[in-house]
Amino acid sequence: MRIADLLRFALRAAAGSPLRTALMALAMAIGVAAVVVLTALGDGARRYVVNEFNALGANLVIVLPGRTETGGVGIGTLSASTTRDLTLRDAAALLRADGVVRIAPLVVGDAEVSSGGRLRTTYVVGTTADFARLRRLELAQGRFLPDEDLERAGSWAVVGATIRHELFGAKPALGARLRIGDRRFRVIGVLAAGGQGLGMNTDELVLVPAASAQALFDTSTLFRILVEARERSVLARVKAQVADILAARHDGERDVTLLTQDAVLGTFDRILAALTLAVAGIGAISLAVAGILVMNVMLVSVAQRTGEIGLLKALGAPPAMIHRTFLAEAGMLSLAGAAIGVLLGFAGATALRAMFPELPAYPPPWAVMAGLATAMLTGIGFGILPARRAAHLNPVQALARGM
Amino acid sequence: MSQIELRDIDRVFEIGDTRVHALKSISLTIDAGEYVAVMGPSGSGKSTLLNILGLLDRPDRGQYRLEDREVGALPPDQQAAVRSRRIGFVFQSFHLVPRLSAAENIALPMVLAGIAPAERRRRVAEALADVGLEARAQHRPQQLSGGQRQRVAIARATIMQPAVLLADEPTGNLDRATGAEVTALLETLNHGGTTLIVVTHDPALGERAGRRLLMEDGALSDDRRR
Repeated sequence: MRIADLLRFALRAAAGSPLRTALMALAMAIGVAAVVVLTALGDGARRYVVNEFNALGANLVIVLPGRTETGGVGIGTLSASTTRDLTLRDAAALLRADGVVRIAPLVVGDAEVSSGGRLRTTYVVGTTADFARLRRLELAQGRFLPDEDLERAGSWAVVGATIRHELFGAKPALGARLRIGDRRFRVIGVLAAGGQGLGMNTDELVLVPAASAQALFDTSTLFRILVEARERSVLARVKAQVADILAARHDGERDVTLLTQDAVLGTFDRILAALTLAVAGIGAISLAVAGILVMNVMLVSVAQRTGEIGLLKALGAPPAMIHRTFLAEAGMLSLAGAAIGVLLGFAGATALRAMFPELPAYPPPWAVMAGLATAMLTGIGFGILPARRAAHLNPVQALARGM
Repeated sequence: MSQIELRDIDRVFEIGDTRVHALKSISLTIDAGEYVAVMGPSGSGKSTLLNILGLLDRPDRGQYRLEDREVGALPPDQQAAVRSRRIGFVFQSFHLVPRLSAAENIALPMVLAGIAPAERRRRVAEALADVGLEARAQHRPQQLSGGQRQRVAIARATIMQPAVLLADEPTGNLDRATGAEVTALLETLNHGGTTLIVVTHDPALGERAGRRLLMEDGALSDDRRR
């Protein structure tokens, strides 16, 4: 039997009982659509988390004074015992490392902030102009700290949205005087509301030049240095160079801790990729169920077409040929069902994206391919038993059944 | 050398605990081009004999030579090839595939044998003309009368130019007039050289055959030539 004739014969047989064919294709379509939508959801969640991390600065190396054995970013790592101060000169030296775009030293403490008789205690962060670029901070009014010498203790301050509201109310904040501890500052900018990241809500921050904050808190050490690499791929190299430069400056002592979000991000990435695989597996179970339905329906088909099978045998079809026609039928139905399923799945993913615009729910290509392949395999796999039954029917008994 | 040689053919069916001896040591030779009617009461074994001649069933004992070749014990694939090329079947209830047109039903043996579409079309057109159904080529079986259906079935049975045509009660589902037409068609084919073996209850049809085999209780009780 020629391939084209085989396919046409199987197609005609499938078209001969539309309800049966539609049911089988529908089962396959639902299975494949489930795989496509579920993986789109899982992969969308993974991409969402990765994007959020990238917004936080996935290219960052965070330098902490003191050596700790723990990994990861958190408040717990702040209490490392300091052996040697991390200074503004150390920070400046890190700009020499290859692949470093910018750095931002951080001096953090809480202080009383007052203006016009209103007072509150909040976090004061000493840093440089590059902090805004590094953290992609948006300004609502005015401008950020000016680019100036690292060691210069300028008296400008940038305040968060909540602080602005609490200290100034309806009065203009720009240009206003601000007292922090025993020092005076002038407000030159207000941060846009809703900033978040690195465990700090920027709405409640007051930012001043790093040297000013050191003077304010009477310290010469830095809380952290943020180092931004050009891209994630050079992060490891930047990290090594930062370690070398600081060791050279600290008499060969490796007394700082270097953190990257890479490790955290990598973990999240792996967890969510595993989750995606797991939901793909759940989808695959529905495909297996579809496969069993295929088998059931094909068995019914063999039973209904017993007379025809007997006839084909009488007309000279060997068992292998009958086997092939039934497998071709199961395969074609599975393929058609799977194709419909992919379309349904893509439609479902599009609907998901319309409902949750922040979720990039695109079905990953591997999942689409795997869904199609699994559909074909289960369809044909579960078609084998009915096809074999058809191939080995006794022709005399089969012919007795009539057409 | 005869075209068909059966020697000591036994066929036993086991139904529950009872053994039914459907064929008892049948020996028979049939020459090419013969017209044979197999007659006898129900359950006498005539259909079983026809099934064994058509390689649809295997004897439990004995030899079956077709055109000087032992075919009774061939593996299923080779028996299928013999059925495809050398044997044509005509059934009482026509056995046309309902979803296929008359032309497609006639072409079916050629499709199974892998013959090219152009050759198929040519031979189907010829066969339709031979059975007088050119105008019904695209009709489905349910759109045809009983006589027309059996003519389509005969065209299908002969499309591979078999050496032997086996017909099981070919007129059993037809009225007398249409039955006579179908008989005439089969006889025309026989005159063309095809061996024709007909199982029938109909004495009128049996009378027309050149040779009559009478079966009783699984054995040949009479073998009469005209």
